[in-house]
Parts: sequence; C-alpha cells; structure tokens
Amino acid sequence: MSAIRRLLAVLHARNLEFLRDRATLVFTLLLPVTVVIGMSFVFGGPQRPLFKVGVLAAGIDRESHPFLQEHYVDFIAMPLRDQALRKLTHQQIDLLVDPGPPPVYWVNTDSPKGYIVEKLLLAAAPDAHRQPVTGAALRYVDWLFPGILGMNMMFSCLFGVGYVVLRYRKNGFLKRLHATPLSAFEFLSAQVLSRLTLIVIVTVILYVGIGAIIRFHSVGNVLLLMLLAILGALSMIALGLTIAARFSSEELVGGVLNLITWPMMLLSGIWFSLEGSPRWVQWVAHIFPLTHVLDAARAVMLDGAGLAQIVPQLLFLAATALAFLAFGAWSFRWRID
Amino acid sequence: MSTPIIEVRELVKQYPSTTAVAGVSFSVPEGVCFGLLGPNGAGKTTTVEIMEGILPPTAGEVRYRGEPLGARFREEAGILFQRTALQDFLTVRQSIALFRGLYGRGLDVEEVIRLCALEKLADRDARKLSGGQQQRMLLAIALVNDPALLFLDEPTTGLDPQARRNFWELVRSIKAQRKTIILTTHYMEEAELLCDEIIILDRGRIVAQGAPRRLLRERFAEVLLELPRHEFPERARALPLRIIDASDRVEITTDDLEGTLRTLLDAQVPLTNLRIRPANLEDLFLELTGTELRP
Repeated sequence: MSAIRRLLAVLHARNLEFLRDRATLVFTLLLPVTVVIGMSFVFGGPQRPLFKVGVLAAGIDRESHPFLQEHYVDFIAMPLRDQALRKLTHQQIDLLVDPGPPPVYWVNTDSPKGYIVEKLLLAAAPDAHRQPVTGAALRYVDWLFPGILGMNMMFSCLFGVGYVVLRYRKNGFLKRLHATPLSAFEFLSAQVLSRLTLIVIVTVILYVGIGAIIRFHSVGNVLLLMLLAILGALSMIALGLTIAARFSSEELVGGVLNLITWPMMLLSGIWFSLEGSPRWVQWVAHIFPLTHVLDAARAVMLDGAGLAQIVPQLLFLAATALAFLAFGAWSFRWRID
Repeated sequence: MSTPIIEVRELVKQYPSTTAVAGVSFSVPEGVCFGLLGPNGAGKTTTVEIMEGILPPTAGEVRYRGEPLGARFREEAGILFQRTALQDFLTVRQSIALFRGLYGRGLDVEEVIRLCALEKLADRDARKLSGGQQQRMLLAIALVNDPALLFLDEPTTGLDPQARRNFWELVRSIKAQRKTIILTTHYMEEAELLCDEIIILDRGRIVAQGAPRRLLRERFAEVLLELPRHEFPERARALPLRIIDASDRVEITTDDLEGTLRTLLDAQVPLTNLRIRPANLEDLFLELTGTELRP
C-alpha cells in the first residue's frame, strides 16, 4: 500500500506540474487537433483520380477541350514544356497534352498507364498528333531518397539544437556565459556552426552509404547539392534556435517542435509529391524550408538542374536562415525569468 | 579618496509579489574584500546579480569605474555564482579553456590551474569532481580573465569544513594580489576572516555597514555571556543587564565581566553551562534585526 501511496503522491505532483504549465498544456492539446484538421484537409475530399495528365498551359480550362472533361483523370497545368517532358520521361505523369489547336500529345511508350490514358484521349480527340517518348519509371526509392536525407536533417537541426540550448538555460550554463563578453549572436552562431558541421558530415555519409546500397546515381552537380544541404541545414538550425531562444520548459519546446515537424513531414514532400493537391496546401508547404530543400534536391539529383534553376530555393533558405538567426538573437533569454 | 571600483546607487528590485531590494546604495573601494551578509532572502544574491549585470534593476544603477556596466565591466569582472553547471563531457582544463577563449586578455590556462591547485584534476571529467574541487574549478574560471573585480556568491555553501578552509586560503591568496572581491555569505566566520568591509542586509535594506571589527566595537562591549535559554529563569530578566534572546540561548553583553557574574550569582541563575566569548557578526545581526543570521 505504501508503494501505491508513494506512486500516487508523485503522480499527483507531476499532474499539478503539468497542469500549471499553461503554455505546454495548450500546445499538448493544440498539436493533435492541428494534425487531425490538417490531415483531413490534405487527404480528405473526393476519390483520388486514376491518371495524371500534364496540360501545357498556365491553368486548366475544362471547357476548352472534351478530353479535359474526363473523369478520374487529374489534369495538372504545366506551363514549362521541358519540365513537363522530364516528368513524362520519368513516368511521374502518364500523358502530356497541348490542347492546341492543333492538339498535340506526348506519351511515354514504356508506360502501361500511358497506354490506357492515350486511348481515352484518342476517343475524345481522334485528330490529336502523337509524339512518343521513352523512359523507365522513376523508382520510388530514387524519389524518396532526397526526402529521407532531408527528414534526417530536419530532425537533427530542430531537436538537436533546440533541446541543447534549453538544457543550457535550465542548468544555469547560459547564465554563466552571460557574465562574460559573449553576445547572444555569437553564442547562437557557434551553436549553428557546430550543428551544421555535424549535419553536413552525417548527410554526406548517408548520401554515399545509402546511395551505394540502393544504387542511386545523382545526375546533378554534387557541389551544388552540398551548397543546398548547407543552406537548408542553416535555415532549419536557425529555426530550432528561434524556438529555443526564450522558453524554459522541455514540454513546451517539445510541443512547438512537434507542431512544426509534423506538418513539415507531411507537407514538404518527403513521402509523396504534392503535385495536384489543393493550391493552398502547396502554398502552406512552401512556408517550410524543407519543401525548398527537397524541391531543389530532386531537381538537381533527378533532373540534373543547375545553379540557375535552384537559385529561388537557395535564396529562400539563405534569407530564412538570416531572419531566424536575427530573431533568435533578438528574443534570446540567457536565464529563466 | 580614490574613485570606487564599483558603486551601487538607490538600487531597487521589485517582483510581482515582493520587493527583493529596497533602495540599496554603497560603494566599494579598489583592493578590498567587501562582504554582503544576510540570511536567505535578505536580497544579497539579487543585489549581487544586479551588480554583475545579470539581472536588470527595477530602479537605481550600478557604475563600474564611474561608468554604467558595459563591455569593459564584462572583460574585467570575474564571477563565481552560487550554482553553475558547465558543458557535459569536458575536462577541467577544457572547461577553463572554454572561458579563457571568451576574453580578450587574461591568464594562461595552466597558470590558473596551478593557482587553484587543480593540477591533478585537470584531465578529469568536470562532472566527476567533489563539491570543494568543483568550487576550485569555478574559481579558476572566474579568475581566467585576471579580473580586477571578483564576485564570489556564497562560494562555500554546502562544502565540508576542510574544503571550506582550503577555499578560504585560496581567496586569501587572491586578496594578497590586491584584487577587489565582493563576497556574499551567510557564514560569519567566513566574513570575519576575509572581509575588510561589510554591509548587512535584511529584507532588502542595509542595516549596518563598515569594517567588521569597528561594527562590533560600536555595538558590543568586550565580552558576551551565553546561557541555555531553558536554564535562564524568568525573574532574571528583571536584572539590570543587557539581554538578547536567541532561539536556544540567552546572550548578555558586558564590559564588566566580574560585576555581571556577581549579579547572576546573587540572582541564583545556574551558571554550569555558561559560555563566555567575544561578540561576533552573528551577534551583531541578532542585535540589529532580532533574528538569527543562519537559516
């Protein structure tokens, strides 16, 4: 009985501690609600289409051609012809159509789904001009590989630095550092550089090691990938420091980090492409640094994109890294209030 | 008189439910060991942390060499907090070297290690030191920038008597180098041994200030007689003596020992457990505030 009494005493104290930590409580409740609502928006709605067809246009006007009114086909606007043809070659889309006039379509003759959706097109537009292309389907593992590297980077960046800074604050180490000439920006920069070095080394090891196991071969420039990894890691480390800049509760920081990592896991394109998902989902996805890392990494690794093609993503990552670091230094607390 | 190395003016620190420091002013001349005394909750750590630039005051200011606390102060001050954790997995030498790297000027790491008698511990994991060894390492870190002003916040709290005496010896050797030391403590022996000048704080206010010997001379006669409280009869309180009540004893101060003893004997007060000693700072605090200094 005394063991139960002791257990209950500790349980009661722990519950009081948890309930009185209001911020943590709010985040604990907010996180699952947010995840459920988010998932229902992203994965809810009508049944998924069977085929993906690229349309060479800035937008889809379903009235402009009878084929565009077919059911169970997901028509995706693709204004850039070269990019669209690359996706067709990799069988990421099943057919590419230029509504014309005159109507022209491209079909990957190695694709079974392309064979079927071509029949649908010809039923609706018998006069469409055929342009055959060939190319093996991109293995899912090839597409997934950059996502796995990015996910590992995300967890290491956010949790690795967030909890360390929090521990330093709680045990008084930060307070001791505050009594020296060290500035918040210097301290945070040191943390960023330390974690960045670690992450770059780990990412290179994973890239070489897993790449050899799955027989992955990047068609792009490895140095460009390295630059991307550095800027991506910088941005996410700085984000982790921003979260840990003020708080003193592990549970609160854990809650906030989960609140950020879960949507990033689902919406940044680690596991599946968001192509064809609602526009607002894609817009939300592009808030996250990881989305930009993965978009650029896949462009370089799978399509051989050069520096010019991924400049927008690199600029986004550099700008967010600076913004997060500046905000983190501004809001930094050396000690528990 | 020379410019004080550090000066505190009308310092106030207000928290939502309490006033920790209620208008404290004092200045510290260069080269002295200056003590802040008081029981737990008197406001001494809050005062010192404001002086260290760690806590912002609600009102008032602290000036170092006549200027507000700034970059120069951080370069020239050494601080030993009541409790400090360091980074995990570092040796004593690496921990000291870390802090040496934060200052533009200072002592060589090996010199600080020798100064604080840490040679045999230098390659040991800093987490695996005893309490006394830990404080010596933290003192080494506080000295690594060769500070002009050294803050020691309750440096011997929790140490065993031997470790405490060893630490005092170290502080005395630092004092001998004419460094200014600001020491907070609730150990009176420590203050009497090390401090040239003290302030006594109670409930956020200064209740006495001066050199320990002078304060004792001003407040007390030559000797102090202690009797167990339960052996002191109530009727004896009417005697013409200066009586102070402590928790477990009664204290009588006098400059006429023989006369006082005669009075007590005449009143048939039991003297078997009588103890005669000179007055100390603890007696001073009791006299000033009506409460005992030790928690």
